[in-house]
Amino acid sequence: MTAVLRAEHLGRTLAGEVPVTLVEDINLDIERGEFVCIMGPSGSGKSSLLYLLGLLDVPTSGRVWLDGEDTSAYGENELANRRLEKLGFVFQFHFLLAEFSVLDNVTLPMRRLGKHGDAAIRSRGMELLARLGVAEQSAKHPHQLSGGQRQRVAIARALANDPLVVLADEPTGNLDSVSSATVRQILHDLAHQMGKTVVAVTHDAEFASAADRRIGLVDGKINADWRPA
Amino acid sequence: MRIQLQVALTHLTGRTRQTFVSLTGVILGVAFFLAVSSLMRGSEKDFIKRLIDNSPHITVYDEYRLPRTQPAELRWAGGAIRISNVKPQTETRGIRGYREKLEFVESMPGLKVAPVLVGSAVLVFAGREESVTLSGVVPDKMKTVSTLEEKMIEGSIDALAANPNGIVIGTGLAQKFNLGLGRNVNVVAANGASRPMKVVGIFRTGNANYDETQTFTLLKRAQVMFDRPNRVNRLIIQLDDPYEARDAAQRIEAVAGYKSVSWIEASEDILSVLIVRNIIMYSVVSAILIVASFGIYNTLSTIVMEKTRDIAILKSIGFHARDVRLIFLLEGVIIGVVGSVFGLVLGAGLMKLLSTIEFRPPGITEKVQMPIWWGPEQFAIATAFALVSCILAAYLPARRAGRVHPVEILRGAA
Ligand SMILES: Nc1ncnc2c1ncn2[C@@H]1O[C@H](COP(=O)(O)OP(=O)(O)OP(=O)(O)O)[C@@H](O)[C@H]1O
Ligand SMILES: [Mg+2]
Repeated sequence: MTAVLRAEHLGRTLAGEVPVTLVEDINLDIERGEFVCIMGPSGSGKSSLLYLLGLLDVPTSGRVWLDGEDTSAYGENELANRRLEKLGFVFQFHFLLAEFSVLDNVTLPMRRLGKHGDAAIRSRGMELLARLGVAEQSAKHPHQLSGGQRQRVAIARALANDPLVVLADEPTGNLDSVSSATVRQILHDLAHQMGKTVVAVTHDAEFASAADRRIGLVDGKINADWRPA
Repeated sequence: MRIQLQVALTHLTGRTRQTFVSLTGVILGVAFFLAVSSLMRGSEKDFIKRLIDNSPHITVYDEYRLPRTQPAELRWAGGAIRISNVKPQTETRGIRGYREKLEFVESMPGLKVAPVLVGSAVLVFAGREESVTLSGVVPDKMKTVSTLEEKMIEGSIDALAANPNGIVIGTGLAQKFNLGLGRNVNVVAANGASRPMKVVGIFRTGNANYDETQTFTLLKRAQVMFDRPNRVNRLIIQLDDPYEARDAAQRIEAVAGYKSVSWIEASEDILSVLIVRNIIMYSVVSAILIVASFGIYNTLSTIVMEKTRDIAILKSIGFHARDVRLIFLLEGVIIGVVGSVFGLVLGAGLMKLLSTIEFRPPGITEKVQMPIWWGPEQFAIATAFALVSCILAAYLPARRAGRVHPVEILRGAA
């Protein structure tokens, strides 16, 4: 199997009077269909690493390979196109557009991509919502949903353009245990049944136990010995 | 584009009050722009129309503009020659060979021409004397180049043809001498020749000076009185399109050789005042729209600030900076288009209202309506100006939105 996502000596330092190193010398190979968890103490650089892997942030050293492509030479628009076509994000806070209906939120990436007609986009949106068990909510607005429902809508949106990799930053951080279990199961199935690569940051040991692999991050570096407290 | 438009619309409908205020600014701006500029342009057109109607479009004089090229200059072209005291020649006896010149001008399309012999004379009646300008005209031709016939209140110009001793005078003169139709006056020419003439027509142009000093008689009679048989000293030309006057005058002058002055040249000073007036007017009405565009800038800046999180979401999904800029520019365009539409309607209403207002200018007896110009250019200019100022107002917020960096916002929110 080839690595769908690969980090090579990846580092990110914020310039300033006192430069801050967020992550340093990260080397990673993540395979297709793998479910990987990134864990580590607060402030260790997990989110920063996820932004780099998700092509949201640009590294100051090293490079990210996505689907066999070296992304280090890409400009802002090319990175945006890769995010649109190959990546899906789920954040701790659902980050849905408040003025858009649930269905409109989910179809947003498809409409931006513009590969399908309106009818096809709608039916695919409904299909995704149904798969995540929130089809009845499609006409509602995000504020009318529970936290768990919102997170499922956010996952549906991340899947809209059928991405290779789904990146999730503490997707269950704000959820009760029942909702957490659902979201965990969904991400697990994404990797194991639909062949998506899932990279999730989490503090939750139970969540991490469902993953194929756990990567410990301490002070911006990978630490193989790290275990959740 | 459609998704960007949808986002733009939700932003605007999400802030009804601010959007409404911005819209009102544009609506009022466009409406005032229209009302004021249509009034100003209307009065300008009105003024120019009077100017064009009351004076010949082109007058050919029996003068030359430049002195003749001197033989020495021809012989040594480009040489350091200076000949002093050379003046343009004046034709004391009028336009030479005026019939050929008249024929040439008549052969040009889109114009009418009349020969006139102008001179000064003194009117003597009941012991009073008044110096006047006496123009010898050919009634049939004169009628085609001037509005004099319309200004006749008694008698007519045609009566001159019937009565070779007839004279047409203005109301001012008639009142001064207490003259009526059919009365006789003595007309004395500069060389002393005196002749009794009969008043066959009285006109009123409304211009007091003109009505007191201008008199008309038959061309033949004037030629005899001024002792210039077979001569005229003016050709008066009326064009179908008065704005062709400058070109036509140049062509005539090139062929006839005599100084040909268009109404545009003759009233250059007044026309340049009108241009200055237009500049002032447009800057003032534009100021209203500029103020309105500050309102739009303010609204859109607020939206950008409030929606940074949404912008970060869109960019993290894969929207380009360009898409985000487009969203906010569209918001400006929407306000501009909707504002213009309502503004044009309101403006047209104001114009309608203004055009019903009647007033009586000092010195004129009949009521006059506000001169409103309904030219479509006005509507186009107002719309274009509104749209441009809306887009400019949206530009800075749009650029700022395009620069939002999703990671910075995500870090802040997490
Ligand atoms: N804009 C910034 N300026 C300075 N330091 C920053 C900035 N953003 C993040 N940091 C620092 O970078 C480090 C890594 O932050 P990051 O958000 O990646 O950690 P994290 O592992 O995701 O933490 P958490 O588990 O609390 O979410 C932290 O120590 C943080 O203080
Ligand atoms: Mg984090």
